[in-house]
Amino acid sequence: MDRLRLRFEKTGKAVYISHLDLMRVAQRVFLRAGVPLRYSEGYNPHALISICLPLSVGTASLCELMDFRVAAGLDLQELPGRLTAVSPEGIRFLECYEPERKAAGIKWLEVGGELEYDGRAARDIAGEVEEFFAREHVEVTRRTKRGEGRFDLAGHLRGFRVESAEGEKLTLRALVSAQEPTVKPELLLDALRQSAPPLAPDFGRFTRIETYDADMRVFR
Amino acid sequence: MADSLERILPRVQKPARYVGGEYNEVIKDRAQVKLRMAFCFPDVYEIGMSNMGMQILYGAINAEPDIWCERVFAPWGDMAEEMRRNSVPLYALESGDALGEFDVLGFSLGYEMAYCTVLDMLDMAGLPVRSEDRPELSPLVFAGGTSCCNPEPMAEFFDLMVLGEGEEADIEVLRLFQRARDAGWTKSAFLREAAKIGGVYVPSLYEPVYNSDGTLAELRCLEGAPEVVTKRIVTDLDAAYYPTKPVVPSTEIVHDRVNLELFRGCVRGCRFCQAGYVYRPIRARSAQKVIELGREMLENTGCQEATLLSLSSSDYRHLPEACDGLLDWCEPRSISLSLPSLRADNFSMELMARLQKVRRGGLTFAPEAGTQRLRDVINKNVTEEELLNTCRIAFEGGWNGIKLYFMLGLPTETDEDVGGIAELAARVLHVWRESSPNKQRGVRITVSTSCFVPKPHSPFQWEAQVDMAEYRRRVELLRRSITAKNVTYNWHDADTSFIEAALSRGDRRVGMAIEAAWRRGARLEAWSDYFSFQRWLDAFADCGLDPAFYATRERGEDECLPWSRVNMGVRTQLLLRERHRAYEGKLSPDCRAGCSACGAAALLDEGVKCDG
Repeated sequence: MDRLRLRFEKTGKAVYISHLDLMRVAQRVFLRAGVPLRYSEGYNPHALISICLPLSVGTASLCELMDFRVAAGLDLQELPGRLTAVSPEGIRFLECYEPERKAAGIKWLEVGGELEYDGRAARDIAGEVEEFFAREHVEVTRRTKRGEGRFDLAGHLRGFRVESAEGEKLTLRALVSAQEPTVKPELLLDALRQSAPPLAPDFGRFTRIETYDADMRVFR
Repeated sequence: MADSLERILPRVQKPARYVGGEYNEVIKDRAQVKLRMAFCFPDVYEIGMSNMGMQILYGAINAEPDIWCERVFAPWGDMAEEMRRNSVPLYALESGDALGEFDVLGFSLGYEMAYCTVLDMLDMAGLPVRSEDRPELSPLVFAGGTSCCNPEPMAEFFDLMVLGEGEEADIEVLRLFQRARDAGWTKSAFLREAAKIGGVYVPSLYEPVYNSDGTLAELRCLEGAPEVVTKRIVTDLDAAYYPTKPVVPSTEIVHDRVNLELFRGCVRGCRFCQAGYVYRPIRARSAQKVIELGREMLENTGCQEATLLSLSSSDYRHLPEACDGLLDWCEPRSISLSLPSLRADNFSMELMARLQKVRRGGLTFAPEAGTQRLRDVINKNVTEEELLNTCRIAFEGGWNGIKLYFMLGLPTETDEDVGGIAELAARVLHVWRESSPNKQRGVRITVSTSCFVPKPHSPFQWEAQVDMAEYRRRVELLRRSITAKNVTYNWHDADTSFIEAALSRGDRRVGMAIEAAWRRGARLEAWSDYFSFQRWLDAFADCGLDPAFYATRERGEDECLPWSRVNMGVRTQLLLRERHRAYEGKLSPDCRAGCSACGAAALLDEGVKCDG
C-alpha cells in the first residue's frame, strides 16, 4: 500500500496559492508531519506527489485530491489531522485512503458560484442568467496553450441553476466538465462578459464542491 | 478578508504574497495584546521574507507575549496601483488590519535604494512622511538596519533609529513607548527619554550646521542629546534569541531555505567593505548550538535546504564540527546544506565537494581587483596563485562554471589594474584547459564588475567615487581586453551606483532629494524595472543639490561627516590608519593573525573576549 490518496480543502487565504506552489507546500507539510515520502529515482530526486486536478488561483475547493507515495506504512485514520496541524491557513485534510481508480476517471465537477452585482438587484438578473446558460449553444472565446479559440460550453456544462438571489448577490450551482475538455468555472463569467455584458457581474467567486465520474457517481 | 482586497487580488501578479496565512505566522488576539507593531520591509515579499534580520526580529518581538508584531512588505507596482485606485490602505499580513491601527511602525533599512519605498509605504498607510508632520506620539515610526549607520539622509522621516543589533534594543524602545502612551506623554517627551536608551539615535535632537562651501560644520546636540550614539550588540550568540520557527512562505521567494547564522562580524578587514567593520566584534555560536538550531528549524519548516550564513564562513572556527553534525542529520533525509562566503582555498573546496554531492553548478569567487597590487591596496588577502589553485581543484572535481566578481573604480586603480581582470580571467580559462577531465562539456567563465561605492564606517569613507564617464571608460577598456569566447563579461550600470553613492554618504539635505524623488514617483528603486536615473537628477535639482557633491567628492580627513555622532564600534583612528596603509599598498593582518585594537571589543560585556 504505497500509493495513497488524500482528499483536502483549499479555502480562505489558501485559494491564492498557485498549483505549482501547492506542490512545494504539500511536500513541506509531509516533511513537517514526518511522513516518509517516496522519491523519484535519478539525478534530482523529487517527492512523488501529484495533485489530481489543477485549481485556478482564486478558486476555492472542498474536494481536492492528491496522490502520493510513501516508503513505509502509515496510520491512515490519524494522518489527515496530523497533516492539517502543520498546514498553512486554509488547507484542511479530510481523509486518506488507497485509491481504487485513477484520477483520469474524474469527469464532472460540481461547482458553486457567487456573483456580485454592485448596485443592482440580483433577483432581477437571476432569470436571464439561467436562461443564458440553458441556450442550445453557449459560445465563448477562450485562450488555451494552443492559442485563442471558440468553445461551446453546451454539453460541458450541466444542471446550471440559480440557488438564491439575495440583495446584490446571486448564488449558483452547476456541473462542469473536469477534464477533456477542462471547463474552468471562470469561463462562465467570460461567456457572460462576451455575449451578454448586462448579465456579467462585477465580481465572481467559485468553489469546487464535489468530484464525479462519467456516470455521475461520486469520485473518490 | 476585505471585499475590496478580494476583488483586487485576482488581477495582480502572484497574489499569494499579499495574504499571509503561511505556516508559522504568529497570530495573537488583538484584544489581549498591549502593543501592536508593524514590521515594515521596504521591498517586496520575496526579498523581505528572505531576510534573516527580519526573521530574527519578528520572532524576538513576538516572543514578548503581550506584543504582536506583524509583517508588512511593499507591494509590486500592479498591486500598489490597484490599492491606491481602490482606496485600500497598506495592511499587515497577519491580521489584514490597516497600518493606521498600529502603535508602532518599525522599518528595516538594509540598503539605500529602498529609501523611497519607506516614504511610499508611509504614504500608503495614510501617514505624513515627515516626522515633524506627525505631532502625535502614536504611531511611532522608527528604523533599524545597516543603513542606519549613516542616519542623516533619512533623519527627517523617522522619529528614531536603532543602531546595531535590534534583538534587545527594539524591545526596550517598545516598552518605553508603551509606558509613554499609557501615561500620555508628548512625542517630544518620549523622544528625549528614548535617546537615553543605548543605541537610539533621535534625529530631531541633532541639528546640522553647514559651512559656506556646503560641507557639514557640526551636528549640534540639542536638549541633552548624547554626544555619541553607540550601536547595540548581542554579546552571547548562544544565549541570544534565534527564530527556530520561521514563517514558511507558501509561494516562491528569493532564498527559500533555512537560514542558520554561524557568527557575526568579520576578521578580514577588507578596506572597501562596510559590513566587515560595522558588524564587529566577532561573536560565534558554538557548533553544538548551530547543529541544535539547524535541526529544530528544519523540523519546524520542512525545508529541504539549509544555508550557513556569515560574512566569511571559512573563518568560523567550528566549521568542520558544525558541518559534520548537520550532515549526519541531513544526509539520510536528503536535505542539502549550502555554504556561501567561503574563501578560495583547498579546505573550502573539500568541504564544498562534500556538501554538493549531486549538483555541481557554478562557483563564485570575488577577487574584487585584477592585480595583486590593487588587492593589497584593498587588503583583500587572496593571491592569484591561491585563486588559480582553487579553480584547478574545482575543474578537476567536475565544476564547469566559475563566476568572478570585481569592482571598478577602487582607490588608486590604473588601466593596468583594469587589464589585470582580463588577464586573470584568461589564466582561469588556461587552468580549465589544463585540468578539466571533460572538455567536451565546455566551460563558462563569467566576469562581473560593479562600480565601487565608498561607504560610511569603512576605511574608504573619505574616498571619491570615480565619475560615471570614467567608470564607463574602464568598462569599455575591460570589454575590449576580454577576447576569449568562453569568458562572458557583465557590468553594472554606472547610474545606479552613482545614486547609491550619493545617498550612502549623504547628509540631512539629501533627505529632501529622497522625498522629491518619491514625489516624482520613485519606489522600489533597487529594481531596474523601476529605477530612473533622470528622475533622481531632477529630484536633486529640485532641491538645489548636486549628487556629485556627495558621490564623487573626496572628503577631507578632518571634515565633519554626517555619521560623526554614530559609533559603530571601530575607532575612526583605525579607519584612518587603514586608509593610509592602503595608499602605501601595505596589507594589514586579519584579526586572528594580529589584533588591530579596532575598539569594537569594548562593546562586549565585561569578561567576554572578541573571537577575532
